[in-house]
Amino acid sequence: MKFSENWLREWVNPAVTTDELVAQVTLAGLEVDDVETAAGVFTGVVVGEILTAEPHPNADKLQVCTVSDGTEQFQVVCGAPNARPGIKIPFAKIGAVLGGDFKIKKAKLRQVESFGMLCSASELEISDENDGILELAADAPVGADIREYLNLNDSIIDVDLTPNRADCLSIAGLAREVGVINKVDVTPVAIETQAVSIDDSFPIRVDATEGCPRYLGRVIRGVNVKAESPLWMVEKLRRSGIRSIDPIVDITNYVMIELGQPMHAFDLSNLTGSIVVRLAEDGEKILLLDGQEVALRSDTMVIADEQKALAIAGVMGGEHSGVNDQTQTIFLESAFFAPLALAGKARSYGLHTDSSHRFERGVDATLAAKAMERATQLILEIAGGEAGPVNEAVTEANLPKANQVTLRRQKLDQYLATSLDKDLVTDILSRLGLEMVEVTDEKWVTVAPSHRFDIEIEADLIEEVARIFGYDNLPSSMPTAAVNFTPASESKTPIQSLRATLVSQGYQEAVTYSFIDPVLSKQFFPAIDPVPLENPISGDMGVMRPSLLPGLVKVYLHNQNRQQSRVRIFETGSRFVGDVNNLDELDQKHQVAGLIAGSRYPEGWYHNNEKVDFYDLKAHVEALFDLNQGAKPEFERADETYLHPGRSAYVLVNGERVGVIGELHPQLAKQLGTNQAVYVFEVDLNTVLGAKLPEYQRVSKFPEVRRDLALLVDRTTPVNELEKVIAENAGEAFQKVAVFDVYQGQGIDESKKSVALGLTWQHPSHTLSDEEVNSAVEAVTGALAEKLGAVIRG
Amino acid sequence: MENLKQILADALAAVAASDNEAGLDEVRVQYLGKKGALTSLLKQLGNVAPEDRPKFGQLVNEAKEQVQEKMTERKTALAAAALNAKLANETIDITLSGKGQEIGGLHPVTRTMERIENFFRGIGFDVASGPEIEDDYHNFEALNIPAHHPARAMQDTFYFNPNTVLRTHTSPVQVRTMENNQPPIRIICPGRVYRSDSDQTHTPMFHQVEGLLIDENISFADLKGILQQFLNVFFEDDLKVRFRPSYFPFTEPSIEVDIMRTNSKGEESWLEVLGCGMVHPKVLEMSGIDPEKYTGFAFGMGVERFAMLRYKVDDLRMFFENDLRFLTQFK
Repeated sequence: MKFSENWLREWVNPAVTTDELVAQVTLAGLEVDDVETAAGVFTGVVVGEILTAEPHPNADKLQVCTVSDGTEQFQVVCGAPNARPGIKIPFAKIGAVLGGDFKIKKAKLRQVESFGMLCSASELEISDENDGILELAADAPVGADIREYLNLNDSIIDVDLTPNRADCLSIAGLAREVGVINKVDVTPVAIETQAVSIDDSFPIRVDATEGCPRYLGRVIRGVNVKAESPLWMVEKLRRSGIRSIDPIVDITNYVMIELGQPMHAFDLSNLTGSIVVRLAEDGEKILLLDGQEVALRSDTMVIADEQKALAIAGVMGGEHSGVNDQTQTIFLESAFFAPLALAGKARSYGLHTDSSHRFERGVDATLAAKAMERATQLILEIAGGEAGPVNEAVTEANLPKANQVTLRRQKLDQYLATSLDKDLVTDILSRLGLEMVEVTDEKWVTVAPSHRFDIEIEADLIEEVARIFGYDNLPSSMPTAAVNFTPASESKTPIQSLRATLVSQGYQEAVTYSFIDPVLSKQFFPAIDPVPLENPISGDMGVMRPSLLPGLVKVYLHNQNRQQSRVRIFETGSRFVGDVNNLDELDQKHQVAGLIAGSRYPEGWYHNNEKVDFYDLKAHVEALFDLNQGAKPEFERADETYLHPGRSAYVLVNGERVGVIGELHPQLAKQLGTNQAVYVFEVDLNTVLGAKLPEYQRVSKFPEVRRDLALLVDRTTPVNELEKVIAENAGEAFQKVAVFDVYQGQGIDESKKSVALGLTWQHPSHTLSDEEVNSAVEAVTGALAEKLGAVIRG
Repeated sequence: MENLKQILADALAAVAASDNEAGLDEVRVQYLGKKGALTSLLKQLGNVAPEDRPKFGQLVNEAKEQVQEKMTERKTALAAAALNAKLANETIDITLSGKGQEIGGLHPVTRTMERIENFFRGIGFDVASGPEIEDDYHNFEALNIPAHHPARAMQDTFYFNPNTVLRTHTSPVQVRTMENNQPPIRIICPGRVYRSDSDQTHTPMFHQVEGLLIDENISFADLKGILQQFLNVFFEDDLKVRFRPSYFPFTEPSIEVDIMRTNSKGEESWLEVLGCGMVHPKVLEMSGIDPEKYTGFAFGMGVERFAMLRYKVDDLRMFFENDLRFLTQFK
């Protein structure tokens, strides 16, 4: 909320500077966002009166004016079309200095001398309006300094109020708060009950008594809507961020800013029968003030007459029922709408108004009558007319009740870790307007004032005391709770180790958005319906990622297009697969995914820029599983449309698929615009992080024996089948097998490949004899020949 | 005798003149071999007068030893020279780069998050996590934010359906922890959060670390103490910190924490870095914790903001572009 500091100081005027005031309210919880001056820095501008205005002899668009400053007359050349005799205007005399250090000097414009300048609002930095010179009120005192006359030595303070402090959405509320902080009295504006001079009234019927426990209405006849709002009001509204419209609207806005009560004025001639406060019919149409027609829902409260809805209660008036330039008789509304009845309603129609903002957060339920008198007083003063009696429809039972809240000494001390003086606490609470029902050494029994409907429980009172005492004045300490460490399990690898492993392989971590383009998702996973957002920020962030891979490929492309062709990236995070309407079943598993492309090593003198391949990536994935002796992964040929069918695999643990690894399908890669092969993996994070507690195995003292085998097998025979057969047949002393060569090509049958393996044996309790090893080798070769048709070479 | 002297001189000269092992061996054969010159002299012992024989034999043997010694010396010298020559030949350019992978690096958000986590782990907090697609109850209701509460407008929410949202904060993890555990509770909840806001200073996804401490007798002073310490440790600086009243539906009192920053011109200004407060009694109660017995505080911070301050990043959006030229700066 924006407000004029001077306006506030009419209510409460502590001896503090603007900066101090701003710091004070900020530290009391009313955070000041911005402070600006009400006008630019300028001097030497007075109220002037144009006495004559003649066309310039040498220029079409200029006029030569005679301007009076009350004592002397000056010739001034002016280009504003609205310059005319009789109006009062800001007159910058010779010697005046305007914003930007612009000094006014004697000048000659097209051979005519000019002694000063007539100013527009924008030249004085009062507003951006620049359509001619600023016209002052007819009674402006000629010769007066314009700063004083317009009260321009003022600051506009923008305070960002949290939703609980609706009580401060007015000058009255802010003044109360400033008064409490500074321990100074507040002088509210004098509001007198206005004399009722006519009997005219208009019936009110409230059907929606829960949403509208109180509705006040009054007829004012014979108002002059063409009267001008006084400059002080226009200026105060401007400094509150509100544009002047007509005197009636200006006054309702003014009272809203001054007291916090939103009001509305209807043109009585547009009302039929009576005012009816009711819920809307489903689909009922209303044309709003802002020109849009909306179809209402039945949860929305409206102000209607006997024929149709006239306004959305507490939100916005209708186009056809409001005050217009023909209006003579108005029906003025001042009501209390319950916050719950209005909560979310404006927003649901795409609306947000000063009125809805206040009613949703809460308006003092006792304020309506006071505001009605204040508005009437201003209307009679400014627009004239005669006021009828105030009609009130009230449902006492539905009005908010005053909250009695007890603050216990023990709770206060425990919360704040200090014991504040009893009188100090009583004083703070009293100054905040709380009624002290009972004060003892153990407790304060209080009743919150009607404007502090946010005070409901003990903790609220603790906050009030702490806030006014000052958070920074309260003690600070480290908690002395018992030490309570949960053991870090060794059966799980910390995610930091996993990240460090990838980082040490040259991977850079990426963080991509969890929502991706649905088109991209379909390109990767045509069979998966990704989880759609109802209100995405944009179409290309429309669905939750079913995998981390599309995002990583996007990152690759971003970098490829910036000459970064060697890429190793990884990401950890959730993927989302399943039915979002069944959260218990929705898969939000954490994944780790990686992507590599480009040369195996950073460009260097020691290699020929060989590109990475499937096996580079496989080693990285195996390393992750190998961390802390985690699960042993197996690899099974994958069938995924986004992966190269011959160069991809599922990662299995205990027979269960936990991930994939492979080359991005060349066709998809081409569509996406990659200029080289891209390899990706994605694995279930929790599986990778599984770990085994190491358990010592005695190291054999006896020598190892190694035998190498060269086998000829079918090209399609996977090497791990050879390994399996070897492990099953090589006897109890068998330790391991290593593949040290795979060859296919010249010299061997096209359908075959040669595989060279090194087998190692070692016995825990004796040195192996040649016979033992030979028989193991025979068993192995025999089984390989029988099961896989392997032929021993050479 | 003269002959011996001459042969010795010749032998020593030949040793000195040898420049490789083979040459040296030839010299050995020539002088010390079975038919070598010095060996032959001994064979002539018969021709020497008997009284001179011991003397002559001794002289020849001494000569042989001398030659042998010089040969060994020469051999060692030659081997050393050969090795030196070989090593000189093997010299490499030690300024060329090493072979193998360059090290990668963590994302600055992760790096920052780990730093925050480490502080709180160090003082006994556990790390908890939870789902990012949440139900309305855990994200709002259980945190004292009923439907249509104006505070909901403070957080623009992504919806899947009226009851299912992308979590707007990691507070639902706190709720789930409270539902399943009785105090003492000390957790931090790091993770991704989402708000439908995208401009220069907002991204629709960002990271938070929230924390929760519930026990008997936890006070506002504890909250101030821990957070002041945390900020000092994180920024490695004795920061000026200000605690300012604010409002969150789930805490009462609610606080925002500002730190004093000094810009390059030496101008000071307050910058908000944390939101926190004493856990609202209703929130405790809804999750099955007795607010009469226990009190607690909660806090939350935006990881990107801390990363920006710490590493002087001036554009939030860089975090999610994943440009390698940006990322590799955080090794």
